[in-house]
Amino acid sequence: MNKKTSKWKILTNGIFKENPVLILLLGCCSVLAISVTVSGALGMGAAMTFVLVCSNVVISLLRKIIPDKIRIPCFIVVIATFVTLVQMLVQAFVPALYDALGIFLPLIVVNCIVLGRAEMFASKNGVLDSLLDGVGMGLGYTLVITCIAVVRELVGSGTLYGVRIIPEGYQIGIITQTPGGFFMFGAAMALLIYCLGKKGRHFDPRIGCDGKCGNCNFNCENREDNLKLYENQAALEAAAAATEAEKEGNKA
Amino acid sequence: MTKVLMIAFMMIFTQNYVLVQFLAICPFLGVSQKFDSCIGMSGAVIFVMTLASAVTWCIYTYVMVPLGLAYLSTIIFILVIAALVQFVEIFLKKFIKPLYNALGVYLPLITTNCAVLAVTLLNISEKYNLLESCVDGFSAGVGFGLALILFCGVRKALERAKPPKSWAGLPITLVAAALTSMTFMGFTGIADKLFG
Repeated sequence: MNKKTSKWKILTNGIFKENPVLILLLGCCSVLAISVTVSGALGMGAAMTFVLVCSNVVISLLRKIIPDKIRIPCFIVVIATFVTLVQMLVQAFVPALYDALGIFLPLIVVNCIVLGRAEMFASKNGVLDSLLDGVGMGLGYTLVITCIAVVRELVGSGTLYGVRIIPEGYQIGIITQTPGGFFMFGAAMALLIYCLGKKGRHFDPRIGCDGKCGNCNFNCENREDNLKLYENQAALEAAAAATEAEKEGNKA
Repeated sequence: MTKVLMIAFMMIFTQNYVLVQFLAICPFLGVSQKFDSCIGMSGAVIFVMTLASAVTWCIYTYVMVPLGLAYLSTIIFILVIAALVQFVEIFLKKFIKPLYNALGVYLPLITTNCAVLAVTLLNISEKYNLLESCVDGFSAGVGFGLALILFCGVRKALERAKPPKSWAGLPITLVAAALTSMTFMGFTGIADKLFG
């Protein structure tokens, strides 16, 4: 029973607790670009899930063979192989989807979700666990991108999965264009922060690598120093907040 | 010549990688807090993109096409870019120290920057020649730098704003990015009128 629940946890981890898009903030480019139509979003989600599952399984199988020093190039080769595979399959069987995804299909290679999971999970865990992790992360990605696409397609062009919901002539072009992508993603994030705030959880999302290595999983040269710096800064901020609170307490 | 100018104009303004095509969003949001790091990052991106465009174009035309390996472009390009970035880092460290000091920190981040892979793949699919590929890479980098530096200024103003609690931080930054990208929509159609 216990074993079963832990497997279940690995699977649902990617969907809710560590959702790759909204919580870990990885691979935002494709989410912003492809979430224009629901069909495109589902296709992208499927492609991403396939690559995640396959690369996770293969990397987990090879994890004892790959030397530690050159693991990142090795991971990239494995991932790129599966991306090329997906590219060919989609081009052959769903050409419309191939055109809709455009450059973002081959760019799954450099999507941080896939490399991030390889580095964080698959290179340290067994095959079955890695498979479940891949499925969970893929579903989490698909869920978020599809939700954003539902809103963008409905509000932007008045259709849903290509079916017209709001009568002909309705169109808010800006939602389906670039500004709408940024805005909708921001709104989704704000909604998440609001909901978590209601539950009493504080969530401060940060992107990228301006020294905030807490969110980044790559072992770049500056990671150690920056992590220390980040901790020091956090400690300083906490101290400042404490003294301020004390001052206010004194005033009262 | 007109075509080269048109590519440059499109890559910087009408088809700006960050604000119109949604590429390289992570460094755009991650590095745009300090002006110095914006300059450094843009410099490194311009440098690597131009170099990568030239190198991958040559490899594609003179090695992959004759051998019938064109379908492997994604795998080969990402490896070439990774190796190139590593090589550039070593080369700069050894021979051009001041440039290394300015760009060195940002180089490792560039391998996973999706704009670099995108520019090399698009050069091939657009069937550019060597000069056009290099100009494409260079101006895409310049467009990235322009977006980064503009957005850095927007963020400075944003620091003084007081958004509602759940919008503070990343959400309001994304809304600011939406407004910045809206300004770039004003360039739509200019390229055709200028060079058409």
